[in-house]
Amino acid sequence: MTAAGAKISVQGVAKTFQSAAGDAVSALGEVDLDIAPGEFVSIVGPSGCGKSTLLNVLAGFEEPSQGEALMDGRPIRGPGPERGVVFQEYALFPWLTVAGNVAFGPASRGIAADEVAARVRHYVAMVKLDGSERKYPHELSGGMRQRCALARCIANDPDVLLMDEPLAALDALTRLSLQDELLRIWSEASRERPKTVLYITHAIDEAIYLSDRVVVMSERPGRIRRVIEVPFARPRAPEIRTDPRFHALTDEIWLLLRREP
Amino acid sequence: MKGNRIGNFCWRLALPAVLIAAWYYATEIRPMLHPTLLPSPLAVLRMFWKLLWNGELFVHIGASLLRIFYANLAALALGVPLGLAMGLFRPVERLLDGLLSIFRPIPPLAWVPLSILWLGIGTTSVVFITFLAAFFAIVINTIAGARAVDRLHMRAALSLGASRRRIMTHVVLPTVASYVFTGLRIAIGVSWMSIVAAELIAASSGLGYMITYYREALRTDAIIVGMLTIGVIGLAMDLATRRIEQWLMPWRTGYHLA
Ligand SMILES: Nc1ncnc2c1ncn2[C@@H]1O[C@H](COP(=O)(O)OP(=O)(O)O)[C@@H](O)[C@H]1O
Ligand SMILES: [Mg+2]
Repeated sequence: MTAAGAKISVQGVAKTFQSAAGDAVSALGEVDLDIAPGEFVSIVGPSGCGKSTLLNVLAGFEEPSQGEALMDGRPIRGPGPERGVVFQEYALFPWLTVAGNVAFGPASRGIAADEVAARVRHYVAMVKLDGSERKYPHELSGGMRQRCALARCIANDPDVLLMDEPLAALDALTRLSLQDELLRIWSEASRERPKTVLYITHAIDEAIYLSDRVVVMSERPGRIRRVIEVPFARPRAPEIRTDPRFHALTDEIWLLLRREP
Repeated sequence: MKGNRIGNFCWRLALPAVLIAAWYYATEIRPMLHPTLLPSPLAVLRMFWKLLWNGELFVHIGASLLRIFYANLAALALGVPLGLAMGLFRPVERLLDGLLSIFRPIPPLAWVPLSILWLGIGTTSVVFITFLAAFFAIVINTIAGARAVDRLHMRAALSLGASRRRIMTHVVLPTVASYVFTGLRIAIGVSWMSIVAAELIAASSGLGYMITYYREALRTDAIIVGMLTIGVIGLAMDLATRRIEQWLMPWRTGYHLA
């Protein structure tokens, strides 16, 4: 059932946690999902349904209790730089400046200092943080922090980007503008090598606007309720938000999410 | 903003000013106490000038500060590696926690008799007692720092491709550093308190010794000079460590504001 050449392949992955009280909490039901190279896939689902758990399995932070997650056909064992992660809480290193944060990945992988500096310049400019290179994260606004986190992730040139509600902590206007930024940055970064994205959100419109496919999950323990193809061509412009098909899709997903299990 | 700061400053000085005025009143204008019990502020000031000009005050300040320096240096050198090992490795913690928990509640001054027996009266004894005070503050804070490493930072570093070694130097150490600094600030505070007490008994120089010396000579004015000197230097050291902390770890202001 795995499509040959899938970038990411989730095969029967389920996760059960041991709660502090000792009983087993089934966080994620059995999930099967293939993501093609260069594809942008979003996951929407009720809170607590296991979205972050799935992402953590793909990032290599958690081991599945059942099934297997593959990248390029090889099982994922632990975190690695080929899978970049963007966290809702940014997770920037507060002791490093913007430039220091962006340099962290390349420098970790032993890239020469002048090449690291060139990458920092390039990606800082890409996320429009030039001029703020020497600022510390606490001096940035929420939107700037997430841009910085995005630059840090992409500067490491990962094949796969795993994003866990990266815009959820931002105000509505910043979120809308960052959605466009995100698409622009993704397509710029994908020029040399396609970048596959798994994007978690609880905002339906965000999922539709950004993605090629939207995966709708059920309540905990989350299973895939349906996978919806988004028909809009790229590059996408804000006008599609007023397209009747956009609303039809939003309603469809909304109903899926509301449906009793 | 600036006017506010000046107002703030005046507000802080208000109470000390009132106290000094009352002191002046009770000793110079309407003497109520014998000068041996409470000398006037003018007498204290005169004594201060005298001890300043004959160099005595500097000798004692120098002796105390040098001991503080050695004690905290030793406390850092031993406390940071030990705290790191305990905070990061469970078995080390299990091994040492009991010992540490028993020794920690013993006030440094309770070590004075043993310390005099073992090390004699003098700098070594005082440094040892002061070291004990500083050491626990640093160990406890280092352990807390090693445990405070944010799981998200750990995960971010791992998925950026950082090796274990790089995580140690670039994630664990910066986190621990700010805790160590907090520990050092507390350590300097407590060591300043315990050094004076240790010098009262176990030394023949230092501000604590100076105070006992003049107690025996019944020179209350010199005792008060010693006490106020201790207060002022303690305050200055705390302000200085804060400045150094801001300079070394500019990101820390974020934690305070957040
Ligand atoms: N480390 C853990 N230990 C125990 N339970 C957990 C753990 N992580 C997540 N869970 C539980 O698993 C469920 C799914 O969590 P999560 O994947 O974070 O949901 P989502 O991201 O969809 O909101 C929740 O009920 C959560 O409480
Ligand atoms: Mg989540």
